[in-house]
Amino acid sequence: MKLQNKDLLGLATIKTEEIELILDTAARMKEILSRPIKKVPALRGRTVVNVFYEPSTRTRVSFELAAKYLSADCINISASASSVVKGESLKDTARTIEALGADAVVLRHPLAGAPQLLAGTIAAPVVNAGDGAHEHPTQALLDLFTVKEKKGSLKGIKLTIIGDILHSRVARSNIWGFLKMGATVSVCGPATLIPKDVERMGVSVHHRMEEALKEADVVMMLRIQLERQKAALFPSLREYSRLYCLTPERLSLAKPDALVMHPGPVNRGVEISAGAAEHQRAVINEQVTNGVAVRMAILYLLSGGEG
Amino acid sequence: MKLLIKGGTIVDPVARRMFPGDVLISEGKIVAVGGGENLANGEIELLDASGKLVTPGLVDLHVHLREPGFEAKETIETGTRAAARGGFTSVACMPNTNPVADNKTVITYIRLRAREKGAVHVFPIGAITAGCAGRELAEMADLKEAGAVAFSDDGHCVADSGVLYRAMQYARMLGLPIIEHCEDTGLSAGGLVHEGYFSTVLGLKGIPAAAETVMVARDIILAEATGCKLHIAHVSTAGAVELVRQAKAKGLAVTAEATPHHFSLTDEAVLGFDPNTKVNPPLRSAADVQAICAGLRDGTIDVIATDHAPHAPEEKDVEYGNAPFGMVGLETAVGLVWTKLVHPGILDPIEAIAKLTINPARILGIPKGTLEAGADADLTIIDPELEAVVDPARFASKGRNTPFAGWRLKGLPVATIVGGRVVYRREAPGG
Repeated sequence: MKLQNKDLLGLATIKTEEIELILDTAARMKEILSRPIKKVPALRGRTVVNVFYEPSTRTRVSFELAAKYLSADCINISASASSVVKGESLKDTARTIEALGADAVVLRHPLAGAPQLLAGTIAAPVVNAGDGAHEHPTQALLDLFTVKEKKGSLKGIKLTIIGDILHSRVARSNIWGFLKMGATVSVCGPATLIPKDVERMGVSVHHRMEEALKEADVVMMLRIQLERQKAALFPSLREYSRLYCLTPERLSLAKPDALVMHPGPVNRGVEISAGAAEHQRAVINEQVTNGVAVRMAILYLLSGGEG
Repeated sequence: MKLLIKGGTIVDPVARRMFPGDVLISEGKIVAVGGGENLANGEIELLDASGKLVTPGLVDLHVHLREPGFEAKETIETGTRAAARGGFTSVACMPNTNPVADNKTVITYIRLRAREKGAVHVFPIGAITAGCAGRELAEMADLKEAGAVAFSDDGHCVADSGVLYRAMQYARMLGLPIIEHCEDTGLSAGGLVHEGYFSTVLGLKGIPAAAETVMVARDIILAEATGCKLHIAHVSTAGAVELVRQAKAKGLAVTAEATPHHFSLTDEAVLGFDPNTKVNPPLRSAADVQAICAGLRDGTIDVIATDHAPHAPEEKDVEYGNAPFGMVGLETAVGLVWTKLVHPGILDPIEAIAKLTINPARILGIPKGTLEAGADADLTIIDPELEAVVDPARFASKGRNTPFAGWRLKGLPVATIVGGRVVYRREAPGG
């Protein structure tokens, strides 16, 4: 089986079988990561270009390692160092990168929909590494992979996502991904950070964290950004933290074997306490490791590999 | 030379009737409109209109011609050619040019330029405030003397209620209407699309319906307080329609327009991130679109206007968030009115034509939109059964920014006559 589209732009439109294919392939990639020599020749002679219009360490390094473990050449372009500062449009930048011979482009961009624009411009596969508040499909796929690995199956899993849902591309991709895999999803946060009509995506909405945590198999905490307070979306970090910080006490309201997840970077003491972040059920570091395997699978499959 | 438009169905929005008949034109004026009797003899040019509707020349009271200042987007020449191709014989152009039409020099320039290069009549709208900046009043009496037919800061709402209050007092004294772009920027700031399910799914910042509705409420209150004629531009929300309905029931001098895109498309069109769907006010929910159609039907919405907003191709060929707001409308308006309103039975042809002719002409106080003997011979001929696919490459406008590319529309203008001269004639077939 192969992926049906040239690109991976989001999980809203991907088929369930494609998610399964990526997760199965990622499991094989993870085995490679456990070897003493973590390198296979699958993409030898190919070039992966990371184009990052937003600062990122975790995702960029993860893609770079994924490409290198598959023996691809990998180039990083960041917006500040490129022609963007000279006023070049995204489409022109894309055409230049294509003319230089890129075989796949990984794009991180602050504006929703930028990967679609890129994908429509160039023939090479485009991987969305996060676009505005739209989608972050590889993050959601690594989250799915992590939960599946820990729980055995995603069917019937109860996921609760807590925090700034409004601005979160991670939340959107996870909602689509978990629902497609047969899980139930609830979201929780202050009313000002819950996007309009989100119920229509198929989730339930809570404002009280204690309710959202009940019976949860997976608790996913989202980073809260300081500038949201300046935009008067909530009164203060103090109050936010009082209402929505995950502590070991609150975690005890979830199922006894509930997993704690966070896409990072973590604001300790704001959305998650040190005690919860370092809890034995926290899988935050495993998420990072799995991210490499999942991105290897995606680069491999988009380059024409079969599962 | 005389011109006889023969064998068509006359649509008279003033008398509110339709009848088979001919129109005789001489020396730029309508001489007679008749029901089949022999109107003319001697040397005469014939225009066969059989099977077609013959209407007063269409009036668009909301276009952006972009000149002076933004000639890469549009000029008075190309914009009025687009108007002619869309069946419009008169357009009123918004003052957000560069420099802004907040002084008589710019108004005079637009009128001179239109006389020189314009394919149709151009009626400039003057700014309410200097630079459309919302602080000091523009020299409104000067603007009127120079030929401005209304005042608007379109593109911006006059945010300061005190400024708008005084502008309305002043405009009332001058007898001209205020055309308001209703938007509370505290609610809309940073927004790109309608706030609803699709903004959530796409992760694009939403503009709540309330951003428009609260300002419509404020403006109606100020219009009542000052007695000024108020025209609400591009109504897009159910709440705004209801407020206008109530204001009319109260007898206030409040009128409203809707654009073809706001009655033809919902916010679902934004899926796929096509920057040509980015417009302000944004494409709204299905319930809002239904309310607009109901408002058109019951007369709450008096006018169909395009808010024709051309942009250069490279400006729109970017990320959704970086694209400017606006879409072209002149060359798809009639097709959308017939396809979305007349053929489905929401408006009859007389009502549709009234909203495109006499209603906007009365709001602006211009002698257009009628077929009376002695009136300027501005006429539009529409073939209600003609179908064609929208092809932006054929537009006369410099702007190609339409979300309707590829749409099959039924009911299209086939000839446009300005002052007795045929300025547009559709080549057959498929031209």
